[in-house]
Amino acid sequence: MIDFGYTFNPSSRINLDNFDRVKFNKLVEIEPDVKTCMACGSCCASCSAGKYTPTSLRSAILALQNGLPEKALDFLKGCMLCGKCTMICPRGINTRHLIISITKIYSAK
Amino acid sequence: MNNNVLIIGGGPAGLEAASRLQWFGYNTILIEKTDRLGGHLAEWDHLFPTGKPAKEVLNDLLQNITRVKCFLGTNVNSINILDKSYNVILSNGITVLADAVLIASGFDLFKAEKKEEYGYGIYDSVITNADLEKYYKTKNDSRIHNPKKIGFVHCVGSRDEKVGNLACSKVCCATAVKQACEIKQEFPEAEVYCFYMDLRMFGRYYEDLYLKAQKQYDIRFIRGRVSEVSENQDKTLQIKAEDTLSSRPIKITLDLLILMAGIRPAEAGERIGNMLQLSKEDDGFFTTKDTVFSMQKSNIQGLFFAGACTGPKTIPDTLHEARSAALEINEYLVKNFTCNK
Repeated sequence: MIDFGYTFNPSSRINLDNFDRVKFNKLVEIEPDVKTCMACGSCCASCSAGKYTPTSLRSAILALQNGLPEKALDFLKGCMLCGKCTMICPRGINTRHLIISITKIYSAK
Repeated sequence: MNNNVLIIGGGPAGLEAASRLQWFGYNTILIEKTDRLGGHLAEWDHLFPTGKPAKEVLNDLLQNITRVKCFLGTNVNSINILDKSYNVILSNGITVLADAVLIASGFDLFKAEKKEEYGYGIYDSVITNADLEKYYKTKNDSRIHNPKKIGFVHCVGSRDEKVGNLACSKVCCATAVKQACEIKQEFPEAEVYCFYMDLRMFGRYYEDLYLKAQKQYDIRFIRGRVSEVSENQDKTLQIKAEDTLSSRPIKITLDLLILMAGIRPAEAGERIGNMLQLSKEDDGFFTTKDTVFSMQKSNIQGLFFAGACTGPKTIPDTLHEARSAALEINEYLVKNFTCNK
């Protein structure tokens, strides 16, 4: 490849046609409440890890829905499972349990 | 109590006001420009938030206007303000001398073809909320055949300076979520997406509807306004938007797209407004005498408003306004006419 002195960034566009419904449905079977997230951000606002690392359950759920599971796992890496987000979630989602389930299902090869 | 009251518009507002004015004992005359009563309600299948059949509501409204003189297919040709009453010449040749006039001219749906980038009237698989209601009623629309992926676009013709309407149309969010649930009932295998800017679920039971849409019907809500729609060679649609929650552009292929056309002032109402030189706000709807009290009064004596002619409203809101207008009209007539007899 000739070096022209510049590079292309890969497209940042989300293609929803690539969304893996089968895997997401597996998650929904165990965690039906994941569907009720309304992206309010309470979980992130209360997150201790989120202050220092890019931890965000809201973003992780969104990444799953947008067909980006690798990214979703990255958003949960810093989680210490303290459970503060579970106490605050206005939709009553057991977020701590949800984080464990996401990690289990999407980490499995 | 033999005063004549003229009601312009035979939708929910006009019908409910007519029934109350009839109950007060006034000679109530109702004119409607189309050939049937009920307005938009007559073209709707089910109502949010609880899914009550529109037909039931309409039948209830029609039952209570037995002594009201209704003129269908009738317009106002001219209207003149006399000393204390109104001389109204109708298009059917009849002249009405009314002591009070109620404008219940309602709304027109935003013409979705004006948002050309969404392709209504250009692409076969793009329809409007009204088209979908018609489909629910008749189960017949050549544009709908077993869609696998369906999208709803909120705020079409609302909150949009480019189409000359900065206002929110108030009822489309709940309508979209209702219609999304219904289409999932119709096509259980389909994936359904709602593209919204804000979900304005302001009323009682609305939030429950939203939760049900997520939980029971698997509707995916994407926060971002659709920027453009194009058609693929196989007639499917290519939708572009931004997922503003992740700050990334998003693209999806859909089989059917439903545009939530917003609420604009009715052309028929505008005609009456021009005859009377009624003042309008920037949003195009009539100015009421006050914005908290006296929402049913105009700035002209003996002339009243009810329903969506003063801004987008739900059906219950409209019915409340109609009853409130009937009360105001009764008070006005008692004060200004009864004492002289």
